[in-house]
Amino acid sequence: MLKTETFTLNMGPQHPSTHGVLQVVLELDGETVVQAIPNMGYLHRGIEKLAEGRTYAQFIPYTDRLDYVSSMGNNLGYCQTVEKMMGITVPERAEYLRIIMTELNRIASHLIFMGSLAIDLGASTGMMFGFRSRERILDLFDMACGARQTYTYIRFGGVSADIPSEFIPELQRFLTDFPAMLDEYHRLLTGNEILFHRLKNTGVISGQRALEIGLTGPALRASGVDYDIRKAEPYGIYDRFDFSVPLGQVGDCWDRYIIRMEEMKQSASIVAQALEQMPEGIVMATIPKVLKPPAGEVYHSIENPRGELGYYIVSDGKTNPYRLHVRRPSFINLQVLNETCQGLLIGDVVAVLATLDSLMGEVDC
Amino acid sequence: MSNLDINNSLSELQARYLEDVKIIGEEAQTALLVEPHRLLDLLELLKTNESYQFNMLRNLTAVDYLEYIEVVYHLYSLPLRQAITVKTRCGMEDSQIPSATHIWPAANFQEREVYDLLGVRFTGHPDLRRILLRDEFDGHPLRKTYNTGNAGEGGRSSC
Repeated sequence: MLKTETFTLNMGPQHPSTHGVLQVVLELDGETVVQAIPNMGYLHRGIEKLAEGRTYAQFIPYTDRLDYVSSMGNNLGYCQTVEKMMGITVPERAEYLRIIMTELNRIASHLIFMGSLAIDLGASTGMMFGFRSRERILDLFDMACGARQTYTYIRFGGVSADIPSEFIPELQRFLTDFPAMLDEYHRLLTGNEILFHRLKNTGVISGQRALEIGLTGPALRASGVDYDIRKAEPYGIYDRFDFSVPLGQVGDCWDRYIIRMEEMKQSASIVAQALEQMPEGIVMATIPKVLKPPAGEVYHSIENPRGELGYYIVSDGKTNPYRLHVRRPSFINLQVLNETCQGLLIGDVVAVLATLDSLMGEVDC
Repeated sequence: MSNLDINNSLSELQARYLEDVKIIGEEAQTALLVEPHRLLDLLELLKTNESYQFNMLRNLTAVDYLEYIEVVYHLYSLPLRQAITVKTRCGMEDSQIPSATHIWPAANFQEREVYDLLGVRFTGHPDLRRILLRDEFDGHPLRKTYNTGNAGEGGRSSC
């Protein structure tokens, strides 16, 4: 009998979809994965500790730097948590602007997902397309708040500024073009046989298992579990919009890809509805310059592109939080990597990693 | 399920646990404070019992209150659309809490994170190692007593 033994391969920390800060230690038996242990912490900045030494408002820019491809959502989740503690009501127009920005950001984030999935599997055109289209959204954000990546646009009591006059026509142009753009991606990627075979029936996660291990967001819904916080516990004004929550059946890489493609369509529809309903008016409530939430604690969560983004804040009545914890979907979703990859080939690990769509800035916090 | 129903079930629950569980939250955000030795028991019950069905562990973290560390579990019931907070406390020295990983595998990384940053040891955890900081790192930075070496940072030395 031939004597064989497993060996260890360090994947990364240069893997393309994880920006050089995730190392996966693979234990291999030939080409088959026995274990895939993620090794993180390369980006850890101690943001929760920093929060304890800053005022509530000073912390908003830090949230931008967590999941830095969907910063609008990070701003929103944090601001809503503090607003809940203080009992602040946000003006109508600002509520609509918040929805428009976060849903646009969901599209931008899913475009990055699509692009990095494509290039991870060797299709660099897919990445070009994704990034090219995302630029249109970044231009809109640039118009609204002067930044393309770290917005700090959503603030306590509203948003930092009203949109300029050229914003709405530009957004409408984008919404008109978007179906054709989506169609183009589908022709390039969804219709591609190689992509189909790489993703279909690869990395299957059952609904039951997904729930137990704490998956949220598109990765959970791909396994067929109907949990979208925008529907389950509507925050802001989400109950005013008509949209559906796409669900998968198998929970494989393919479903995780299709769900996100479908979600972009839904987000575009939410943006269109919000644009239509948005009233005129002020975009910022009158609030004290320095906030002092009453002693107590709040856990509040929103549906970010990567799943449930939650903020748990404990206040002792001072101007800075006594304790602030961020529930980061990327971090918790990564737990599923090891068991999902067991028995797969090395190339499939790339597909599983890409479709989990973890973002290391958020994992490390 | 309305808040009233869940509060009824909670009173039953308290009768079952007597002094070991206290209902401490307000009506909008229900919270239970449980003695560590009954923690797993209670979590198991909240997950599997028909009247609760808290099948999601949404969040797990801990807070240093100087005299004790409070470990906080945020649970959610998908079928009943209800949220609940469970808390338990341990001392500052020799902080130990039983691990919930066999009830919710979702607790795995989060318990490691609490261990890493706050120094709470979860007994029965399958792989309790630091997760964000390097293995040789000294101390647990989210403890209030941890010195960040930033005392000169105007007025922020308390952190």
